[in-house]
Amino acid sequence: MDTKIHRYRTFLLGVRDGFPIGAGYFAVSFSLGIVAKLSGITGAQGFFASLFTMASAGEYAGFLVVREDAGFLNMMLMTLLASCRYFLMSCALTQRFDPEMKFRHRLLLALGVTDEIFGANIARPGYVDPRYSYGLFVLPAILWSSGTLLGILMGNLLPANIVSALSVAIYGMFVAIIIPPAKKNRVILGCVLASFALSFLFSRLPALSGIDSGTRILILSVIIAGAAALLFPVKEDAAHA
Amino acid sequence: MRNVLYILVMAGTTYLIRVLPMLLLRREIKSRFIRSFLFYIPYVTLAVMTFPAIMDACEKPLAGLAALLAGVVLALFGAGLFPVAVVSCVAVYVLELIL
Repeated sequence: MDTKIHRYRTFLLGVRDGFPIGAGYFAVSFSLGIVAKLSGITGAQGFFASLFTMASAGEYAGFLVVREDAGFLNMMLMTLLASCRYFLMSCALTQRFDPEMKFRHRLLLALGVTDEIFGANIARPGYVDPRYSYGLFVLPAILWSSGTLLGILMGNLLPANIVSALSVAIYGMFVAIIIPPAKKNRVILGCVLASFALSFLFSRLPALSGIDSGTRILILSVIIAGAAALLFPVKEDAAHA
Repeated sequence: MRNVLYILVMAGTTYLIRVLPMLLLRREIKSRFIRSFLFYIPYVTLAVMTFPAIMDACEKPLAGLAALLAGVVLALFGAGLFPVAVVSCVAVYVLELIL
């Protein structure tokens, strides 16, 4: 089975699945580039910042730190806050590794733990295949970095209504990831509905709306998933499904 | 130069967040609670990030809400990532012309 051709095909399959993710990333990172430009980030800096960070909320928070020149400790804390959900995703991903998998794959796969790439990896049954994951990573990485670059260089050229339409692409992809499992599993459905409701309340209630979106995501994720895990622990095999 | 240092700190911190579990977790987690927690967390996080952010991302919040509904309906019928994303964009574009 594990012939060269088979591995090559698996890689290409990943590249194919990475395209819609990359297309959404391009739109988002384009607007991220506009934020970066306001912080005095050059095109090349923005390109590499995006290539090596690959985090929407994390980079957004990071560029705000740069704009205010708030110090390196602040940069670490903001990054930690905005991106700590990747810690949880990495934990979840390790549970799907083949015990025989080579160690270097762990170091490389860590580069590509983003919400959508993680989602696509998890959506595949069985052990994570590093070749598929690397293929999956290629287009999103290129498009995410070059989107930031273009946003910095020519952010104000696109008409506002086009930017507005493009900016929901990423959420459309989130929906496509969460709805199919929610249809099959009532607890996941409940989690999704509770998440929508609480997230809405947190962002709109005057007392809570001061919390930035990274922190809100962190707090609500821990509370809702924690409650679900306490009330509806999964059966032994379900966590692998 | 200071920008470059900031970016290095940002990228380095982000990598550490992602790689630490990969380095520390070498075997299957036994705790049923933690396994359940990790099973639910991605769906919760993605849902929290989607709403109401999808409304705030558009010029007109109602268009964003419509894009969400269109995406949910399409996903319920089994459409994949790309069609759902495209339909969401089109919904916003069309609605913002009308609204």
